Amino acid sequence: MPVLTMVEAIRQALEQEMERDERVMILGEDVGRLGGVFRATDGLQRRFGEARVLDTPLAEAVIAGASVGLAMSGMVPVPEMQFLGFTHQAFHQIADQIARYRFRSQGRFSMQITIRAPFGGGVRTPEMHSDALEAQFIQSPGLKVVMPASAYDAKGLLLEAIRDPDPVLFCEPLRGYRLVKDEVPEGDYTVPFGKAKIVREGSDVTLVAWSAAVQLCLRTAERAAEEGISCRVLDLRTLVPLDVEALAQCAEDTGRVVVVHEAPYTGGFGAEVIATIQEEAFYSLEAPVARVAAPDTPYPIAGVEEWYIPNEERVLKALRRTVGTTGA
Amino acid sequence: MTSTTIFEGGADADAYRVLDANGVLLEGASAPLSSEQLLEAFRWMLLSRTLDERAVSLQRQGRIGTYSAVYGQEASVVGSALALDPSRDWIFPQYRELPALLRHGMPLSTLILYYVGNPLGARPPDGVRLAPIQISLAAQLPHAVGLALGLKMQGDDGVVMTFCGDGASSEGDFHEALNLAGVVKAPVIFVLQNNGYAISTPRSKQSAAPSFAARAAGYGLPGVVVDGNDLLAVYEVARDAVQRARAGEGATLIESQTYRLYPHNTADDQSRYVSPEELEVRRGEDPIPRVRNHLEGLGVLDAAGEAAMQRSIDEEISTAIADAEAHAPANVTQVFEHVYANPWSRVTRQRDEFVRDAEGL
Repeated sequence: MPVLTMVEAIRQALEQEMERDERVMILGEDVGRLGGVFRATDGLQRRFGEARVLDTPLAEAVIAGASVGLAMSGMVPVPEMQFLGFTHQAFHQIADQIARYRFRSQGRFSMQITIRAPFGGGVRTPEMHSDALEAQFIQSPGLKVVMPASAYDAKGLLLEAIRDPDPVLFCEPLRGYRLVKDEVPEGDYTVPFGKAKIVREGSDVTLVAWSAAVQLCLRTAERAAEEGISCRVLDLRTLVPLDVEALAQCAEDTGRVVVVHEAPYTGGFGAEVIATIQEEAFYSLEAPVARVAAPDTPYPIAGVEEWYIPNEERVLKALRRTVGTTGA
Repeated sequence: MTSTTIFEGGADADAYRVLDANGVLLEGASAPLSSEQLLEAFRWMLLSRTLDERAVSLQRQGRIGTYSAVYGQEASVVGSALALDPSRDWIFPQYRELPALLRHGMPLSTLILYYVGNPLGARPPDGVRLAPIQISLAAQLPHAVGLALGLKMQGDDGVVMTFCGDGASSEGDFHEALNLAGVVKAPVIFVLQNNGYAISTPRSKQSAAPSFAARAAGYGLPGVVVDGNDLLAVYEVARDAVQRARAGEGATLIESQTYRLYPHNTADDQSRYVSPEELEVRRGEDPIPRVRNHLEGLGVLDAAGEAAMQRSIDEEISTAIADAEAHAPANVTQVFEHVYANPWSRVTRQRDEFVRDAEGL
């Protein structure tokens, strides 16, 4: 099976879906002639034309907002937000319009829209580019939030997203675009939403993560094993829908859980994970569920970001504390 | 210090007009609508005015929620909408264009159901080319451009009309939408109803531009200023814009200069920001008598004819209110329906619990 980088897998999914379904179109800043600033849409305009791979003015709200009308016309838009950090410029169109258009029209209009947006730290981007804003979109009922961690999942989840009649925010870990490589089938396949995946087996503690933090957890689990800590790693894959059963099962199986994310600590999706675990599996817990997250400070500029985003040392520290805690 | 009283709203001296203040065709002008079409338009205007009066009364009785009247803007709304072909063209409304929605195919009883508070009232029937009423100002403009672009891409000859106000034109979405419409030559008509006020904020504090239509040049679009209380003039500029859009020549911005003779909505107190003198002047520019005079001048309407028209309108509205109020009451499942095409497990679980709790009461 071919090994692809994550950005290659995303590009392949887009190309194959545009080939399969002529309603599918891409719009956004620099997506056409340039092929996207990360080349996720490289060559697609040459292949499918300027109308179906539309270079838009630099205006996030109308990229999202025009997608509403395009979906109503029968197209299947896949708008690209150049960076998730820029979605605040379009937040009202995504959260108030796209997410609830089906509800507001009582089912008359479907918003079959997949908003792609790279995010995440570690590549020394300018300010406002790296922010992990996923939790800010969770409170927008109607919208699904998808966060792949592998090339395989990126392709399968993206095909699932584009075909889903509900709108999807599809967050891509930009540091993983070329760093993450794995086997990706050439043909058509989808990965269902709401099915978390155990990406490493372990018995002492479960590390819960999504997107780029999954790779961090896998690396840390290797080091923890050297200290005799056996870590399971659960990749949530999608935050909405959330795989409540998998979270409960992992908490029951290992009795200890650490959740890791790049977003700030307070109100991050980790809080939802912990709340869900205490609702579903409180009596299985041997220790308080720990959080490893960014501090409650703004995403900084490049010179200090290495201290800002979670790293192996901080995850290890949380693991040692969690495993060292004995139940009452 | 002395100051000249500036009355807000109303049409500029050089706004496009076909009728004079008394409803007589201006010299050299010709009527763009037949007598039959004019009578249809007049009926929509009268229906709109009557609906406003009934709706305000219903709101005062607690039978419907907050309501925003069209009062004073009937020529602006009806004249624009008449230029559309409901079988192929689309409307993206804001919330002060009710006769346009009705003329496009929205049933009156459904519209009233929306104001009663039942979510089902928000759904335009299948086949009616109408977006839901928009509350978040100017958010509908990007949608309209997107739909127009989608129609163009698919070789559909429909055009899209969207409405906003002078206040909404200060939103970023207005700028982004007109800019994209210019770039992609979207077949869309932006009808900006400048009614003098955004709730209490007067036009003079909304923009320093000489006119809202003047902004069109910045987007590479034609901009037209029309007397929004002149039904024939509004229809004519809208018709021309529709023809341009259908011919592939792109978007138009129409600034329809009118006046809101009624408060912003049933929760507003107009007397806090409009002087009695200004209101008196603007009442003298009411678009309804202007069309009535024109029709009487043509000899196609008299007092008896209008009384008969009014009776049929009263009956139509009463029937629609009765239908809306006879509708099955809203229920707890409507909190959950149509949020997702495929709801996820937690939402389904919440629905089941809410339904059980509601039944237990």
